[in-house]
Amino acid sequence: MSKITANALIKRGISKKVAEKVAEYYTLSELSKIGYKKLEKKVGTKSAEEIFKKLGRKIPVKKKSKKITRKIPKAKESGNKTKDEIIKIINEKKEYLPETIINEIAESIEKNGAKDKIKKVVEKAIKDYNAHLMEPLEACGIVAAQSIGEPGTQMTMRTFHYAGVAEINVTLGLPRLIEIVDARKEPSTPMMTVYLEGAYRINRDLAKKMANQIEITKMINIADVTVDIGNMKIIVTPNKKAMKRKDIEMNDVMNSLKKVSKAEINEAGEKIEVIPKDKRYTELRRLNDEIKNIKIKGIDEIKRAIIRKEEDEYVIYTEGSNFEKVLQIEGVDKTRTTTNDIHAIYTVLGIEAARNAIIKEAHDTLQEQGLNVDIRHIMLVADIMTADGTVRPVGRQGVTGEKTSVIARAAFEITVDHLLKASRRGEIDGLEGVAENVIVGQPIRLGTGSVELAVDIKKLKSLKVGK
Amino acid sequence: MITKSKKIIDKIAFGLLSPEKIRKMSATRIITPDTYDEDGFPIEMGLMDPRLGVIEPGLRCKTCGQKVKECPGHFGHIELAMPVIHVGFAKTIYNVLKATCRGCGKLLLPEEEIIKLREDYKKVVKRGNSTAAFAKEVIKKTSKVTKCPYCGREVLPVELDKPTTYREGGRKLTPAEVREWLEKVSDALGDDLRLLDINPEVAHPEWMVLTVLPVPPVTTRPSITLETGERSEDDLTHKLVDIIRINQRLQENRDAGAPQLIVEDLWELLQYHVTTYFDNQTSGIPPARHRSGRALKTLAQRLKGKEGRFRSNLSGKRVNFSARTVISPDPNISINEVGIPIAIAKELTVPIKVTPYNIEEMKELVKRGPEPEPLEGTIYLPGVNYVIRPDGRRIRVTSENAETVAERLEVGSIIERQLDDGDIVLFNRQPSLHRMSMMAHKAKILPYKTFRLNLAVCPPYNADFDGDEMNLHVLQSEEARAEAEILMKVQEHILSPRFGGAIIGAIHDHITGCFLLTYGNKVFSKEEALYILSATGYTGKIKEKMTGKEIFSKILPEDLNLEYKAKLCNSTEEECRKNDAYVVIKNGKLLEGAIDEASIGAFKGKIIEYIMRKDGSKAARKFIDKVTKLGIASITLIGFTTGIDDEDIPEEAQMQIKGVLENAKKKIQDLIRAYREGELEQIPGRSLEETLEMEIMRVTGKARDQTGEIASRHLGLDNSAVIMARSGARGSMLNLSQMAGAVGQQAVRGERIHRGYHGRTLPHFKKGDLGAEAKGFVSSSYKSGLTPTEYFFHSMGGREGLVDTAVRTSRSGYMQRRLINALENVRLEEDGSVRETTGKVVQFHYGEDGIDPTKSIRGKAVDPELILKEVTNE
Repeated sequence: MSKITANALIKRGISKKVAEKVAEYYTLSELSKIGYKKLEKKVGTKSAEEIFKKLGRKIPVKKKSKKITRKIPKAKESGNKTKDEIIKIINEKKEYLPETIINEIAESIEKNGAKDKIKKVVEKAIKDYNAHLMEPLEACGIVAAQSIGEPGTQMTMRTFHYAGVAEINVTLGLPRLIEIVDARKEPSTPMMTVYLEGAYRINRDLAKKMANQIEITKMINIADVTVDIGNMKIIVTPNKKAMKRKDIEMNDVMNSLKKVSKAEINEAGEKIEVIPKDKRYTELRRLNDEIKNIKIKGIDEIKRAIIRKEEDEYVIYTEGSNFEKVLQIEGVDKTRTTTNDIHAIYTVLGIEAARNAIIKEAHDTLQEQGLNVDIRHIMLVADIMTADGTVRPVGRQGVTGEKTSVIARAAFEITVDHLLKASRRGEIDGLEGVAENVIVGQPIRLGTGSVELAVDIKKLKSLKVGK
Repeated sequence: MITKSKKIIDKIAFGLLSPEKIRKMSATRIITPDTYDEDGFPIEMGLMDPRLGVIEPGLRCKTCGQKVKECPGHFGHIELAMPVIHVGFAKTIYNVLKATCRGCGKLLLPEEEIIKLREDYKKVVKRGNSTAAFAKEVIKKTSKVTKCPYCGREVLPVELDKPTTYREGGRKLTPAEVREWLEKVSDALGDDLRLLDINPEVAHPEWMVLTVLPVPPVTTRPSITLETGERSEDDLTHKLVDIIRINQRLQENRDAGAPQLIVEDLWELLQYHVTTYFDNQTSGIPPARHRSGRALKTLAQRLKGKEGRFRSNLSGKRVNFSARTVISPDPNISINEVGIPIAIAKELTVPIKVTPYNIEEMKELVKRGPEPEPLEGTIYLPGVNYVIRPDGRRIRVTSENAETVAERLEVGSIIERQLDDGDIVLFNRQPSLHRMSMMAHKAKILPYKTFRLNLAVCPPYNADFDGDEMNLHVLQSEEARAEAEILMKVQEHILSPRFGGAIIGAIHDHITGCFLLTYGNKVFSKEEALYILSATGYTGKIKEKMTGKEIFSKILPEDLNLEYKAKLCNSTEEECRKNDAYVVIKNGKLLEGAIDEASIGAFKGKIIEYIMRKDGSKAARKFIDKVTKLGIASITLIGFTTGIDDEDIPEEAQMQIKGVLENAKKKIQDLIRAYREGELEQIPGRSLEETLEMEIMRVTGKARDQTGEIASRHLGLDNSAVIMARSGARGSMLNLSQMAGAVGQQAVRGERIHRGYHGRTLPHFKKGDLGAEAKGFVSSSYKSGLTPTEYFFHSMGGREGLVDTAVRTSRSGYMQRRLINALENVRLEEDGSVRETTGKVVQFHYGEDGIDPTKSIRGKAVDPELILKEVTNE
């Protein structure tokens, strides 16, 4: 039997010696299936390589053990003289400092006029910076979750409060934080801060005009709408004062009234009569409601716009949010205008902007409550929410629900469904996460659990045990 | 000695059991619904068959021959007379039926489309996208097909009548027919089942219709014997009895050729029992009940929810070597220590391995027995409770056998020594919201029955002594002790990772004490200074006369240089310097400023933070220990009390307050009049009513502030209550002004109180009264007492606060659970990136600068100003 195999192997161009050796252990069909490592173990590397080559099989590329080292990006040179000097020192030492720190150092050196101490300061800063780095394998995720979750117990539940502008209600405190982590499609109190550019910025009238352009104005806001049941018509009496305040011409009113379906419109001096084509009371009622709610001007969703003077410019705060539409208006500063609707930011500006919006909103919410949470924790939460390019909620429909481990998902929520689904799909849990390993009773792969200690027995023996 | 090799679970694979497999792994077929005979012995081939495992101690398993704790139990099986649907897979079966042809079992899509789908599927898998979503798309595509592209059979719409009835074109399909259909699908589709999100390697669709039911081992459903000697069976056993009974009847009826109708009824009943056996909360069918009316807890209920197997037994486990009791304060122990009652110390043990090096010592220890007599002048001596021999036998050490056990002690044994001073233990208070909720302490055995802890560690545990209880765990391995000592000791957690500041620090009386000591230029005699400093363990020289600041300086490290505004400070630097509210420390000497919360307090303490960063955790711990003792000694020496007379203010101030309140009420009346007459200027975007409310709220708020101001003008730093408030020890100036001045407006939901009767809050007022008193303004002070109406309004506000807290804890608890679950696998890699343990990258550079928030300076990576100062000072 082994001879036949050996011959077959020789035929395929394998040296006789190797062929005979191998044929002792395996048949040809076995050889075409056998794993490289197994073969290598039995017949040695050289023979295994030869066999694999001649049989036209791929030798699996040995994975080099990943050796991860911390990359040190080089700081770029800038125009500032002090800064350049600092960067030079850092580069000489082949060290790294983030740009913000370089700026701070430069600033404080210039402020105190301590140019001569620059080298010492930078050296100390580098030392401090390296000492303050986080230790590898630290469970920074859990620390972040705790740091955001723990102050939750100290937050207020009171939903409404004003944030800077007395006129606008904004959800704050714990409900808002939960809203952010939930990545809700729409915040419960959408709000925008619209910054202006050019003349709009400094001219109150122009700013006012802009506010009118943004704020939605319905017929009911600028006119009295009454129903004349006897004559089967609706009488619209525009309020001149209100119209002027809102910057609306009679034409605008007429134009929007023309859009009303199934009705005839007559202008009668100060008043406008609307007569339904279908002379029925239900139709009259419907028409009345429709006319009252006709949009004459402004952007949908934006219920209110308020101008405030902030330092040297006028800023518009709005109740309701329509990020896309507002950004299209001429005179709006596209670089600073913002909303608290994270999904709108995601669709308009993309995922990185959404990440920043999550960080800002969460940070502001905590700050407003007087709770100090390091921005890095919030960043981590924002990053895990946006890691796959979409804004995912923290919870079973999002981050946790998309975990690879069946057991971790089952342990979180909707246990039975996850188990049934896993069995149908033949899922395999590799026990890589924390929850899984806790469940099977093994060390978790974080912190001290991800390293092992070994004792060099030889060295230990050579040590003298004495008192 | 034989060392057992450690078993490591590498992975866990999920799959369905085929009928063959169920039969193969079965220890016995179960045919009788009865469990025990008259003599109390289990009936063979009954649900308690001895081959299914043992639950009674002393007996051996008939299958594997092992004893109670060793035998894991063995499955049995029930042959079902007719197939039934597995509820859990009802939806999956439905999807398969919808997507396939009943005639030939093929997917209802033309060949070329299937080829394309196979390609698409590969892509989906490669990208790691959801295969479930892909399957949904496939099923959606098939729904448009009206005729099988292979056999030409007309496709009838399949419906699922929840939970387990299927109809094809309105006609009911029996489970047998469904199974037949699914068999065809299995054969026809083969590997294409993956397109429907089913892995044919582990799960065939027809296995989702049960013909054989596995019977779980008795170990999973142990029966309990009540005191009356009656046996009470587990819910699962009850359910299985039902299934067997109906199964038997069904079989008999079918074999006897009973009418179709009866057979079908029984079949449906069997389906009901099997369904509820899996999940007793299936919607659409009534849950199976116990005789008492309680719904049975079947398989799904065992796993589900907070009390289910996963969250209650797998994610959280019960432990030995733990204790729990009430906590109380002890200012004399270090923050690193915890006081443990003798009674607890005698129960908790530490395992010590007997080696050739320590055997003599251990023998002496064992000789003491479990109740050794304490040495002269001490209160406690640890004994030994158990000796575990190398063969694994546990021997309880008693006073009688201590000598003999000690004599026979051999190398390789483990002795369980009672807890002693200096042992590392973990201390925990729930809710464990952050890692500082569980820290390592050194044990200190003390008399009485409570755990004692230093007051400075109250903030991280969020503990007080109004009856709080805490848990204690004794570590059982060398690795655990080393890890706890290095990473978990209290001193390693002085800085909070949340904001990079101190979370452990002086509280209450410590702060008051230090403030009294250092504020102004109090001079202390030698005796007084000695009294204070000896409490801190100071051994240096003492001058004849010392100022408080000099005394405080003695506990500061010598190279300390700091300058900052104290808590006391509420204006500019220059202004504060005059009021002793600007702290200047040079070379370890407190030159200016009073020590208060901003210097040594928890959450704020600047000095603590600074020492921690500069000299490390040990120095910081020592400082905290000293500063707390110094504070206590100072306050004891100087004396401090507060009482109701601290809120006494002179007659004229009371008149002033009265005036302010009258004024405010009048203003409110004016506002109301303006509103009634339509003269009130409307805030844009608010209704007139809202405008009025906002204006009134502003007036009442202002009135309270003014009364507070008047009150505090007459309450100086010679007042104990003010000292506490200003130094940050306890209470605020707002609390004081409410006690001395006026309580102010009561609010519910951020508005003045308006609910109650028609048009008024209480019958004491006129309808439509919008005035201050009628809407919850409390113009009395706590000290003078509230009127009945005021008291009622105050209670309303107070109740809202209580409800708020109750709602908040549950909501924030759930949020935190979700956050932890989302982030638990995230760790920092050696290259500075942040990844999940599965390898998924979350951040490329942690926090954009790689800095650990714990080590940061309140969020900042480095403090250039401080560095500059230090460099200049060198």
